[in-house]
Amino acid sequence: MNPALARPYLAVLSARFSLMLQYRTAAWAGVATQFWFGAIRVMILAAFYASSTGKAPISLSQSITYVWLGQAFLAMLPWAADPDIANAANSGDVGYERLRPIDTYFLWFARALAWRIANTSLRAGPVFVLAAIGMPLLGLHKWAWQMPASTSAAVLFVVSIGLTALLSSAMTVILNVVVTALKTVRAAALSMSLVNLFSGLIIPLALMPGWAQPFLFWQPFAGLADIPYRIYFGNLSGTHALEGLAAQALWIVLIGLGGRAWLARVIARIDMQGS
Amino acid sequence: MTGLALYGRYILVSLRSEMLYPTSFLFRLVSQFLVTVIEFAGLWALFARFNHIGGWKFGEVAVFYAVASIAFAIADGLSRGFDVVGPLFVKTGNFDRILLRPRSTALQITGHDFALSSAGRLTQGVLAGVVAVSILKPEWGVFQILLLLWGIAGGASLFFALKVFEGTLSFWTVQGLEVANTLTYGGEAAAQYPLDIYASWFRKFLIYFVPIACSLYFPVALVLGRSTIAPWLAALAPATGFVFLAIGLAGWRAGIAHYTSTGS
Repeated sequence: MNPALARPYLAVLSARFSLMLQYRTAAWAGVATQFWFGAIRVMILAAFYASSTGKAPISLSQSITYVWLGQAFLAMLPWAADPDIANAANSGDVGYERLRPIDTYFLWFARALAWRIANTSLRAGPVFVLAAIGMPLLGLHKWAWQMPASTSAAVLFVVSIGLTALLSSAMTVILNVVVTALKTVRAAALSMSLVNLFSGLIIPLALMPGWAQPFLFWQPFAGLADIPYRIYFGNLSGTHALEGLAAQALWIVLIGLGGRAWLARVIARIDMQGS
Repeated sequence: MTGLALYGRYILVSLRSEMLYPTSFLFRLVSQFLVTVIEFAGLWALFARFNHIGGWKFGEVAVFYAVASIAFAIADGLSRGFDVVGPLFVKTGNFDRILLRPRSTALQITGHDFALSSAGRLTQGVLAGVVAVSILKPEWGVFQILLLLWGIAGGASLFFALKVFEGTLSFWTVQGLEVANTLTYGGEAAAQYPLDIYASWFRKFLIYFVPIACSLYFPVALVLGRSTIAPWLAALAPATGFVFLAIGLAGWRAGIAHYTSTGS
């Protein structure tokens, strides 16, 4: 794409980014909430590890780091459609999207990406400060967010979390299309729980039964949390880490193409009832 | 019309308005149900890996899970109105209309929205209970069943009271408060596991500060034969939920005294 073509999308990205940064109070409330839920989850996992006789595929401190990463990057998860587009779908304003001389898919994608990145950048920092720096200072080393396994793990993690942002945005556009097609935002509850379980947010995917592991690794939601986190603490390294990145890239392409085709169909059928 | 009959009328109207969109309603019910089944599957997966938690088996934890889910579903279904006191009533000045009617304000807010969709969560709680019973095959008598129901009632009152607190706060903050979720949803999440697995500061918090454990842990532990406190104390503990509710409603009245209309 040449630079002039990309300009409207970049403008949308930066406009939404600065809009999201206005909601700082909400972000602080979010940080407090996420820290609290993280603490509950850490205590539950610790109790499970303490009672276990067998050997778990990831250690307790890795699981704890996993929980904190999950809380820090919570805003990356595609829980719901873009609220502005959901409203537009309800009011019929979504028809205006057809009037814009730019590609609707990339526009929605850019909006979703800006939303995810802005929200995450507001929340990840404070959670990191609390869990990775504050807790060790208070003598809570055991419960703290650990540093990445190695430099290469850190680098691969950055790449992987970047792919997570793209994957999540592609899924958000799908949700936008669902909302536009069904004119109901209620689909969100179902997608939220699928995302929560299959991304590893509720429990790390590695702790699920062994027979389910190949499926869990290659399903689309793993790329939202499980793959980058396991790369972070070195559970996925070398070729396994590259496989993880490949799984993420594969799903970005598939969901992107699917979403684009579906959006084209849905938006072609929109009736505008004028006023 | 008595308060109760009026509330019945509110529920009827709410139901009728939900039924106007049957597909949407069904979809919500089914997705709510799936949501909670998926959560329960997560619990099962952890036990498949670790076998037990602090000596509690899957069947036993399922009882805690069931009791907490049912109590929360009841409170959640009744208290949706308190979620929107800020944005829908205070911010718009619509609360004036509530004040004009010669009826209890708390009743009117409770009746504002009866969320039948929380029936999905309720079903899931019941399902967890059925799973628990089929695993444990317990020999419960009338006393044990009543104790569990009493615990659920205390827990539901407590969760309801927390929602009332949240609604009351919005007389000052106008906006809803996401932080309140730490106590409601966080409380439910915590109560789904037995209390003794938590760190001691968190146990104290759940017993003395927001006494969720008094309704949803002590009676259940007594029924499961693992109570660490005197049986009479465990049996009386859920009363704290009702005390909490009384305090919550007193606070609500204080909030109304503070309310000044934004006018229009």
